[in-house]
Amino acid sequence: MADEADKRNGAEATPERAKPDPPGYFEGESMTRRRAFTVAAQGLGGIAGAAIVLPAVGFAVAPIFHRGKERWEVVGPVDDFVEDTYRQVVFTETEGIADAGKTLAYVRKGSEQLGEDPGEIVAISNRCAHLGCPVRFVEAAGNFICPCHGGVYDFVGKVLGGPPVRPLDRFQTRIRAGQVEVGPRYSVTSQLEAVRARDPGEFTGGIWEYLYPPRPSTFPPP
Amino acid sequence: MKLDSLIPAPLRKPAKPGTGNGTPGAAPGDLKTSPPERPSEAQRIADRAKEAPADVLAWVDQRTGGAGFLTGMLYRKVPKGTNWFYTLGSATLFAFIVQAVTGVFLAMFYVPSATEAYSSISHINNDVFLGQFVHGMHKWGATVMVILIFLHMGRTFFFGAYKYPRELNWVIGVVLLILTMTMAFTGYLLPFDQRSFWASIVGININGTGPIVGPYLSDFLRAGPELGATTLARFYAIHMLLIPGALIALIGAHLYLVVKLGTTAPPWLRAERPKSAAPVSQLEAGTDGNGSPPTR
Repeated sequence: MADEADKRNGAEATPERAKPDPPGYFEGESMTRRRAFTVAAQGLGGIAGAAIVLPAVGFAVAPIFHRGKERWEVVGPVDDFVEDTYRQVVFTETEGIADAGKTLAYVRKGSEQLGEDPGEIVAISNRCAHLGCPVRFVEAAGNFICPCHGGVYDFVGKVLGGPPVRPLDRFQTRIRAGQVEVGPRYSVTSQLEAVRARDPGEFTGGIWEYLYPPRPSTFPPP
Repeated sequence: MKLDSLIPAPLRKPAKPGTGNGTPGAAPGDLKTSPPERPSEAQRIADRAKEAPADVLAWVDQRTGGAGFLTGMLYRKVPKGTNWFYTLGSATLFAFIVQAVTGVFLAMFYVPSATEAYSSISHINNDVFLGQFVHGMHKWGATVMVILIFLHMGRTFFFGAYKYPRELNWVIGVVLLILTMTMAFTGYLLPFDQRSFWASIVGININGTGPIVGPYLSDFLRAGPELGATTLARFYAIHMLLIPGALIALIGAHLYLVVKLGTTAPPWLRAERPKSAAPVSQLEAGTDGNGSPPTR
């Protein structure tokens, strides 16, 4: 049993004595000197820590908020493209990593039969909307087919079957001096309405626009 | 016994209680009639040399006090029924050490640049002496480590070794598992061939499917909207600087808790009861059946 006598190590009980004032004490102080120094030291330590950590974290997450320069690339004269089938074009989407930065688009003219403006150019990305494998346009079937997990898309890129969650992405296009130019990527909803580019596997349209918020690193849709 | 003389006294295995400190020395004879023989100079130097390792260890021990910690760790009790399944944790640690050592030497030849990574790996595999062997150890060792970590986790789970007071060690173990998976994921991109490129694209996109934070997480991993020039450098930095540091620190905490808390007996062993258990009334009275107080 640890009673009061144990704590005093057997010494005789002494009458309560007034505690001496700590050095620097003055009447009416709100904080002891010791406590003030403790708080100050911890505060300075926190500031020093933040001065190291915050720039490092900012350095690592900055690319999330950085949007690169919009780049357009000429992929051929308008006459090269027809409206009832696709032509493959390969162009650079990301600079600085050689062939790894290239991507492939299936390009055709707009088709009146499908309710499109015949003057426009449609460029569909070969990036599967499931997890990003490269899809292939199969001429005989008129479908896009993904080799990885069996995603199938129809002629305009809408999902026919398999795991993809939305139609194939597209690229903005324009015609300059008779040459077709391909620009930034954008995603589409199941009704082919343009939205900001999403990563594969992310739904588009409706509530999904909030569950998968648009990223500041992508370009606004056309 | 001969080996024991090389170990400084504080590091020696403590004697079993009751056996004393060896045999008592002979009674000193009459030093005047038969003085002890004076050792020759060569003999003294040889004796001194024999003591040198013990002297060095004792010198370190006097300045660190590490001997108590080492004896406590090395001669700690393990429960009855400890078996080969208990070595899976050590096996995982060994796999990690293999990864750390081979990784350091691979870094001497690897170039984390999108245009040169693939050719530097080819160079390691085709030109560097034993390069393919060291690269192979790192590549296959990664798989072995993931398999071992799951076997170790399964052993802990099925033996009930995660229960009180070892819950925190289970939590640390789960964090170690996640860090190991992150190592496997980031390491996969580094050869930068077709397989690693597309596997990383799929992996990053799976990360991106998480609601709300997913899109930003995949942007963070890629350092931008597309897999680009800095993605490889980022994965390389995560793979060989960020996570190994965290892994080593947490492995230290994991091992500390294992030594501190001890291991569990397998679940099929029941706690042994003393053969002549004293009646409760006698225990309460402060004596066992023989009239002497209980030791504990």
